[in-house]
Amino acid sequence: MTNVQKTQINEDFLLDRRTAVPAVIGEPSDFLIISGLSGAARDIGYLTEETPNAYLLGGAMGAAASMGLGLALAQPERRVLIVSGDGEFLMNVSSLATIGHMRPSNLAMLCIDNGRYGETGNQESHTYRTADLAAIAHGSGIDITMTVRSEDQFEQAARALRSESGPSFVVLRVNDGAPADYARNFDAVETKANFRRALLAGY
Amino acid sequence: MISQENPSLWQDQLYDSLRRHGITLFSYVPDAGHAIIINRSLNDPNATSVPLTTEEEGVALLAGAHLGDKRGVLLMQSSGVGNCINMLSLIAIGRFPFVTVISMRGDFGEQNPWQFPMGQGTQPCLEAMGTRCYRVETSSEVAPTVDAATGMAYRSDQSVAILLSQRLIGAKKF
Repeated sequence: MTNVQKTQINEDFLLDRRTAVPAVIGEPSDFLIISGLSGAARDIGYLTEETPNAYLLGGAMGAAASMGLGLALAQPERRVLIVSGDGEFLMNVSSLATIGHMRPSNLAMLCIDNGRYGETGNQESHTYRTADLAAIAHGSGIDITMTVRSEDQFEQAARALRSESGPSFVVLRVNDGAPADYARNFDAVETKANFRRALLAGY
Repeated sequence: MISQENPSLWQDQLYDSLRRHGITLFSYVPDAGHAIIINRSLNDPNATSVPLTTEEEGVALLAGAHLGDKRGVLLMQSSGVGNCINMLSLIAIGRFPFVTVISMRGDFGEQNPWQFPMGQGTQPCLEAMGTRCYRVETSSEVAPTVDAATGMAYRSDQSVAILLSQRLIGAKKF
């Protein structure tokens, strides 16, 4: 019989997402933003007040990375930012290989990594002990990667997200505290129309 | 291949029709039935080809491209449809225009038994997720079906699948 042993827990999930996410993103109007579902969408909804440069997913878990790639390829002159949780990136993790292959220089990714599935009762995700999303991104051909564990890295992370030689992938290690308290719009047709209208009008 | 029709003829027509409707983003998981279209897109200076690791990436990719006002298509084999099911909820709930061209396996004359379950499930799965399916059996139907599908997608925000029958593409010999 195989003896399955649990590996050690990572001890570096320390930052508060409610201060770390805004600090690393900085001015949100610098980007077209695709946000993954759940806590990330609440953080981004709160930060942007749902200005039409941000599209927040509410389901289709795993969609954010590929959707951001499609947007980055369609709008090469604009800087595109994908923000999502560790669980969402893990669900479609091979999309990082596609992003590494395409190498869109205008694409940045921010993973809010709490090592947990916050929406469903804080069950451990694979990053809680073993999986290293920055290493996976790097191994997928994404050259600019970093893991942010303390506030003194915020400025470097903000620069990485704005690098013109992307794609870049920034992991933000945060604790299991709640995301921003924000009731976001779940009407995916309305938000799509708002996003396109604003973009095509030059917003 | 037991080919029913000259593949270079209808695949070239299919590529030209897609391009005529403004489609420039070609996302794909490779399949012999799409080989010519994939190569045409790779050699087209005005097209972008995106090789995917799994078909569901293509569903979300095209939704993102639509946000950025670019038209694309997802090329896949019918076995890839199963990988797309939950991602199609994004297309349905956001009423995103969506066009996919699917080469059928587990269909007319199939000789690999492993292909039958998903071949059988392709159309029911797509329809269950709100995608309209149109089968193409002969090369003369290729261009008109692309005309219809792109019109429905981009004028009426519909999700449309073009299913290329094994009568058209031929069954691979094992």
